[in-house]
Amino acid sequence: MNNGSAYVSMRDITKIFGTVKATDNMNLDVAEGEIHALLGENGAGKSTLMNMLSGIYIPDSGHIYIGDREVRFSSPRDSINAGVGMIHQHFKLVEVLTALENILLGFKIGIFVKKNDQKRLIQQIMEKYQLEVDLDKYVYDMSVGEKQTLEILKTLYRGARILILDEPTAVLTPQETVKLFKIMRRMKEQGCSVIFISHKMNEVMEIADKITVLRKGRTIDTLDKGNTDPQELTELMVGRPVDLSIKRVDKTSDNRVLRVKNLRADNEEKLEVLKGISFDMFQGEILGVAGIAGSGQKELCEALAGLYPIKEGEINFKGENLAGRSPKEFITRGISMSFIPEDRLGMGLVANMDIVDNILLKQYHGNKGLFVKRKPASEKAKEIVKKLEIKTPGVHHPIKNLSGGNIQKVLLGRELDSHPELLITAYPVRGLDINTCLKIYDILNGEKKKGVSILYIAEDLDSLLGLCDRIMVISHGEITGIVDARVATKEQLGLMMLGNKEVDHAV
Amino acid sequence: MMTVAFLKAAIIAGTPLLFATLGEILTEKAGNLNLGVEGMMLMGAVIGFQMGYSTNSPILAMVFAALAGAIGALIFAFLTVSLRANQVVSGLALTIFGTGFASFAGQSLVGLKMTDAFNASFKTIKIPGLGDIPFLGEIFFNQDIFVYLGYITAIILGIYLYKTSKGLNLRAVGENPAAADAASVRITRYKYIHILLGGALCGLGGAYLSLVYVPVWQENITAGRGWIAVALVIFSAWNPYKALFGAYLFGGLDIIGFRLQGTGIVISQYVFDMMPYLVTIVILVIVSMKKDIRNAPPKALGEPYFREER
Repeated sequence: MNNGSAYVSMRDITKIFGTVKATDNMNLDVAEGEIHALLGENGAGKSTLMNMLSGIYIPDSGHIYIGDREVRFSSPRDSINAGVGMIHQHFKLVEVLTALENILLGFKIGIFVKKNDQKRLIQQIMEKYQLEVDLDKYVYDMSVGEKQTLEILKTLYRGARILILDEPTAVLTPQETVKLFKIMRRMKEQGCSVIFISHKMNEVMEIADKITVLRKGRTIDTLDKGNTDPQELTELMVGRPVDLSIKRVDKTSDNRVLRVKNLRADNEEKLEVLKGISFDMFQGEILGVAGIAGSGQKELCEALAGLYPIKEGEINFKGENLAGRSPKEFITRGISMSFIPEDRLGMGLVANMDIVDNILLKQYHGNKGLFVKRKPASEKAKEIVKKLEIKTPGVHHPIKNLSGGNIQKVLLGRELDSHPELLITAYPVRGLDINTCLKIYDILNGEKKKGVSILYIAEDLDSLLGLCDRIMVISHGEITGIVDARVATKEQLGLMMLGNKEVDHAV
Repeated sequence: MMTVAFLKAAIIAGTPLLFATLGEILTEKAGNLNLGVEGMMLMGAVIGFQMGYSTNSPILAMVFAALAGAIGALIFAFLTVSLRANQVVSGLALTIFGTGFASFAGQSLVGLKMTDAFNASFKTIKIPGLGDIPFLGEIFFNQDIFVYLGYITAIILGIYLYKTSKGLNLRAVGENPAAADAASVRITRYKYIHILLGGALCGLGGAYLSLVYVPVWQENITAGRGWIAVALVIFSAWNPYKALFGAYLFGGLDIIGFRLQGTGIVISQYVFDMMPYLVTIVILVIVSMKKDIRNAPPKALGEPYFREER
C-alpha cells in the first residue's frame, strides 16, 4: 500500500476502549500535497484513528511516522508541534472569545497578548490560503461556516502541515461546502497533507485524490479516486453489495390530512420567519421540504407540532384547527401527529436516560395512580430494539452512549409506536451512514404504505428526489414552489432554493 | 464627616469579602465551583491568628494564612480535578471541614489578643499625595496595608485575566476545556494552580478578620462572609474590577445597621444581613434577562474535564 512518498504513515495502530477494538491494526499513508479521504460507516474507527494522530487518544500499540521520524504523542500539544492540526466535528472554540483570541490561545507569545503584532502574521496566512475571517468577531456571533474557517486558520497559524478534517461538511450548507473545498484545494497546492473524514460518497469522489476505506476498526483498502467508483467504495465500506437506489412507494390515496393556510410566524427578533406558508398533505404521501439551512424549516416543523408561536394562519388537521394549541392538547385531543426534531438529543430524547425511560416520557400521562409502570414500556423498548435493529447493550443503557443512527432509530421507534397519521421528520438521516440511511428510508416507506402522511425535511437533494412524492421548496420563509419529485431536477430545486419562483411544475 | 467615616468603614468591612471574592473568581475562571470559601477563610483566619500570636510577625501570619487557605483548596482540587468528584459536594465538605478545623484549632486562642507592636503594623497609613485628595483620599487612601493589598490584588487579577496570554488560557479552560486542551493548554496544571491561588486569597480574607478587623479570636469569626463572597462572584460577573465595587458595597451593607442605630433610625440588622443575598438575586434576574453572554458564568463551570471521554 505504501507508495514510498508517504509523509504521514500510521502502522498497525490498535486502540481498545473497554472490550471493544476501536481500531485493529490500522494502516494509513498520506503524501504531501494530497487530499486523502477516510471513508467508513459510523463506528468504523475513522475518528478514533485521527484522534490518535492528533494526540487526543494514545494508541495501545502501533507506530506513527511523520516525515521520516517516528513520533509518539501523549497530548495534542505534541501533535501540534509535529505539524498536525485537527478540525473536530464539534468545534473546539471558546464562544466568549474573539476569533483572534481563539487563535492565540495556548500559544507561547510572551506575557502580554500583543494583538497587533500577531494580527499581521495571521493576515499573511489568511492571504496565502485565501481564508476570510473577521478577527475581532466574537465566536458566538459566527455562523457554522465562519467557525470552521476560523478553526482551519487556527491550525494553520500553529504551523500545521497535516490537516485533519473530521466530517467537516456535516454541518455546512451546500454553499459553505463549496467554499470549504476551495480552501482544501488551496492547502493541497501549498503542499499540505489533508485528511478528510467522511461518509458522503459524492463529496469524497469530488475532492479526494486517494481514498482509504475503513470498516469495523480495520483498514480495508486504499484506492486512487480514478480507479474506483461509488458502487465499489460502498461495497468495501459496508462489506457486502448494497443497492444504493432509494425506492419510492406509490401513493395511493387522495384523502387530505393536513391543510396549512397562510401560516405566519415571527422569531425572537420580531423578524418574520414564516411568510404565509400554504400547502396540503394527503394520506400515504411523503412531502419533501427542501431549502437552504435556516430558510424556516425548523420554525415550520415546530409550528405544526405546536411548539412555535404562530402569528397568523390556519393548521387544519382532519377538520380541526390546531393553530395555537399546545403539544399537551394535541395528546389529550387525540391528534395523532408525531414530530422527529432535528436536534435528536436536545429536543427528542433525554441523553442520560435509557431507552425505557425515554419511551416512558411519552406514555406516563396515561398512567393511573401515583407510580410509573415500567414494565409495559420495557417490553415496548425490547420490541422497538428488535424491530428497528437497534444496536445497544440493552434497553437500560443510557442513550447518549449509542451511535447517532441508533439514537435516531430509538426516536423513530418511539414516535411510530403511537401510530401517527402525520409524521414530521426534520433531517432524519443527518450524520448517519449509508446503511442506516437506507434503513430509515425503508421505515419511512413502510409507514407511508400504512397510510401515514410524512413531512420530510432534508438537505440532501438525492434523497428528496428519490423518496418523496412532491417536494416543497422554501426560501426565506416563503414557498417558492411545490414540484413533482418524479420529474423535478436538482438544478431546478437549486434555483428554487435560492428564491426563484417556479410555477411550471406546480402540482 | 459621618459619610466619610461610614464609607471608610465600608471599605474595611468589604476587604475580607474582596479577597474571598477574588479568590473564588480565580477558581471559577478555571471552571471549578468551590463552595468551600467559608471553610478556607476560617482556616486562614485561625492559622493566621495562631502564627501571628506565636511569632509576633505579621508577614508570617499572612503567609501562613494564605498557605492554610491553599491547603484547603488543595483538598478540593485533588477531589475535583484529579478524582473528578462532584464539585458542589466537595466544596460543601470543605466548608464543613474548615469550620470544624477552625473551632478545634482555635479552642486555645479564644480571648487572646495580639501585642500592640503587632497591631501597629496594621495601622492606617496615609498614602502621600493620594491621601490628600478631599473626600476620596480619606476614604480610599487612608487605610491599612491589607486594604491596599486588596486594591492591588484586584487590579493585578484584572490585568492577568484580560491582558496576559496566561489569563486568556485560563478563561478558555473555564469556558471550554476541550478547546483549550486542543490548543495545547495544560488543563490540569491550570486548574490546580488557580484553585490553590484562589484558596490562598480566601485564607488571606479570613486572616484580615482575625488579625485586623476584630482582632481577637472568636469562634465562627467569618459569620457567613464566605457565602456572601460566592454570591459576590455572581454579582461582579466574574470580573475582578466589579468585585472591588461589589465587595465594598456589601461591606457597607454589613455595617449600615449599626451606623443607623446611632442616628436613631431603627431597622433590624437582620434586614441588612439579608441585603447581600437579595441584591444578588436581583442581579441574577437582571443578568438573565439581558442575556449578555459576557456576563454569564464560565461555561464549563462545575463540569469535570476528561480528555478521552466520548
